[in-house]
Amino acid sequence: MTPFKELTSVAAPVEGADINTDIIFPARFLLLPEKKGLGEQLFHEKRVNAPSNQPFVLDYAPYNTARIMVAGRNFGCGSSREQAVWALADFGIRCVIAPSFGEIFYNNCFKNGVLPLVETGERYAELLAAASAAEPITIDLLGERLVLVSGKVLPVQVDPFRRAALLAGLDEIGSILATDHADIEAFEQSQRHSEPWLYLGPEKLACFADLQDEVVVD
Amino acid sequence: MTDAERSSRTMYDKVWARHVVKTYDDGTSLLYVDRHLVQEVSSPQAFAGLRDAGRTLRRPDAHVAVADHAVSTKVRGAVSLGSGLAAKQVARLADNAERFGIPYVPTFDRRHGIVHVIGPELGFTLPGAVLVCGDSHTCTHGAFGALAFGIGASECESVFATQTLRQAKQKRLRVWLDGALPPGLQVKDVILAVIAAIGAGGGTGYAMEFAGSLIPTLSMEQRMTMCNMAIEAGSRVAMIAPDATTFAYLKNRPLAPKGAEWGAAVAHWTGLASDADAVFDREAHIDVAALTPIVSWGTSPEECGPVTGLVPDPAVEPEPSRRARMQRSLDYMALTPGMPLAGIAIDRVFIGSCTNGRIEDLRSAAAVVAGRHVAESVRAIVVPGSASVRLMAEAEGLDQVFQAAGFEWRHAGCSLCVAMNDDRLLAGERCASTSNRNFEGRQGVGARTHLMSPAMAAAAAVTGHLCDVRTIEASA
Ligand code: SF4
Repeated sequence: MTPFKELTSVAAPVEGADINTDIIFPARFLLLPEKKGLGEQLFHEKRVNAPSNQPFVLDYAPYNTARIMVAGRNFGCGSSREQAVWALADFGIRCVIAPSFGEIFYNNCFKNGVLPLVETGERYAELLAAASAAEPITIDLLGERLVLVSGKVLPVQVDPFRRAALLAGLDEIGSILATDHADIEAFEQSQRHSEPWLYLGPEKLACFADLQDEVVVD
Repeated sequence: MTDAERSSRTMYDKVWARHVVKTYDDGTSLLYVDRHLVQEVSSPQAFAGLRDAGRTLRRPDAHVAVADHAVSTKVRGAVSLGSGLAAKQVARLADNAERFGIPYVPTFDRRHGIVHVIGPELGFTLPGAVLVCGDSHTCTHGAFGALAFGIGASECESVFATQTLRQAKQKRLRVWLDGALPPGLQVKDVILAVIAAIGAGGGTGYAMEFAGSLIPTLSMEQRMTMCNMAIEAGSRVAMIAPDATTFAYLKNRPLAPKGAEWGAAVAHWTGLASDADAVFDREAHIDVAALTPIVSWGTSPEECGPVTGLVPDPAVEPEPSRRARMQRSLDYMALTPGMPLAGIAIDRVFIGSCTNGRIEDLRSAAAVVAGRHVAESVRAIVVPGSASVRLMAEAEGLDQVFQAAGFEWRHAGCSLCVAMNDDRLLAGERCASTSNRNFEGRQGVGARTHLMSPAMAAAAAVTGHLCDVRTIEASA
């Protein structure tokens, strides 16, 4: 994962509450096998259906190179598809600011070096105004602050573990395997004893003995 | 153990506490995962990540793989999946499962179906287990008292490699459902009422528990419909305390505990219910007896109301962003404020999905359809949630009822719930659907979805428009 320390960019305002992950990344593109290149399908319907005199915000300068997005309430609700975040990241978005987020989307962001920031009230209004005016916003994750073009500083708080992971571009799985391996083993040993039915031994798995191979005709 | 942990715990607290491997300095926990359902959409990148990092899969016995989203429900056997990409996605899942040694249920197998339907059928879903899947409707399994939640593909990879997830504990929300279901109403109406009451984001950050006098009267199928849609209110987790109904459902399922283990398991499961004095962060109440059948009119599941009502008027909404949101929904749905909901003409009907593709759902729809015919302008399909549901329905003759009425009778899969297989609505088509999401484009580009119960969808099919199923039943 690419480390995230500081970034300055205009922020694209994407208005509307409850923008779900089906809108961010339509289902039919979920058949695409790679993470790379998904930025092309980001907000696909919104972009292709936009009237020619009023293109979607990510399709005109300066927002077509925005690294930050300011979105509405409950952004990323709905489906768990991580493709929504992959598409944002592939497009170049590294930070999404919104009054609230769908929870699975919020978690998915951190796994992909994208910082979701919850901002409400006046601060949100100020950030949205900066976005609409195409004024660059600086996100200083190391210093835990946002800086507006006016020089105004807005302190932010990011969960320390997640902040550290973003700063270092950390591989979470690697760190669990490295530091928590013994604890996981110990947990399993004790759980095998207390709730043995959670472990499917050969007897139970024998019910799958007659599973056959998939027959796929293209 | 602190005092707060020893007594007065919610069901969520209890299952959570039993799965904490360790707690980090920042208060988050490493949570052990007992069960992982693997499907074709969220797993390819997770398997690829595992391979690229040269990692192994920690516990092959904790996973079951099945393809549901991309598969065709029109044909089975040596399946042609219609689109090259869909076929590849399914084949890739089968390959990955084989490579990493986890069971893969092929599409033509008698155990095939939507992950959230077959998990319980197999007895893979158990009370007190932590169960995850790269799919937001994993909350369905909370109907059994499992702590079940949807995760992203990166988290799937973590479960493959470590059998754990780093998680922050959620707050607790209890939703009281009191009163009996009035005639003509189904639990789908109840959960839509819950979502309308607390909002599409109202449950975000909360593990939801359903309680109240309605719950003990519900079958497992009904409980699954309830829990399935908690995510539409923003809650990743929904739970219902396991009871005799739960145990009766699970007994003798292939992967459920057997013999002496069964007794020990039931004893353990019985203790999972929230303590009488458990404190929730929030409580909500729904008077079930006062409900009328509900349909959605907008593009978020919270945008729904009694079928006896009118399309709402954004002009009366004082809050500007909400007003704009409503207007956008009505524009997309091509509805005018003040129109009666009952009477809106439809083109398509979809009965199925992990919300309402179980045997009781099919029975309730068949009861409305029997002796009637699908309206001439309407194309209607029934898609059982699993092969086993399909077989049960056929044994009861429900396939005959549906087909005689002009419905197509399909194989199991997600079908029209999500526009990523060979079932799609055309732009502008309007569908009465028993699925869980009326999002823009969910059933196809430009498609318009109205969510409702199976009985209501059946009533819409035979009349050709949204209608109050109670008026139909009265005339039968
Ligand atoms: S039926 Fe619909 S909601 Fe359920 S798993 Fe399939 S696509 Fe998702």
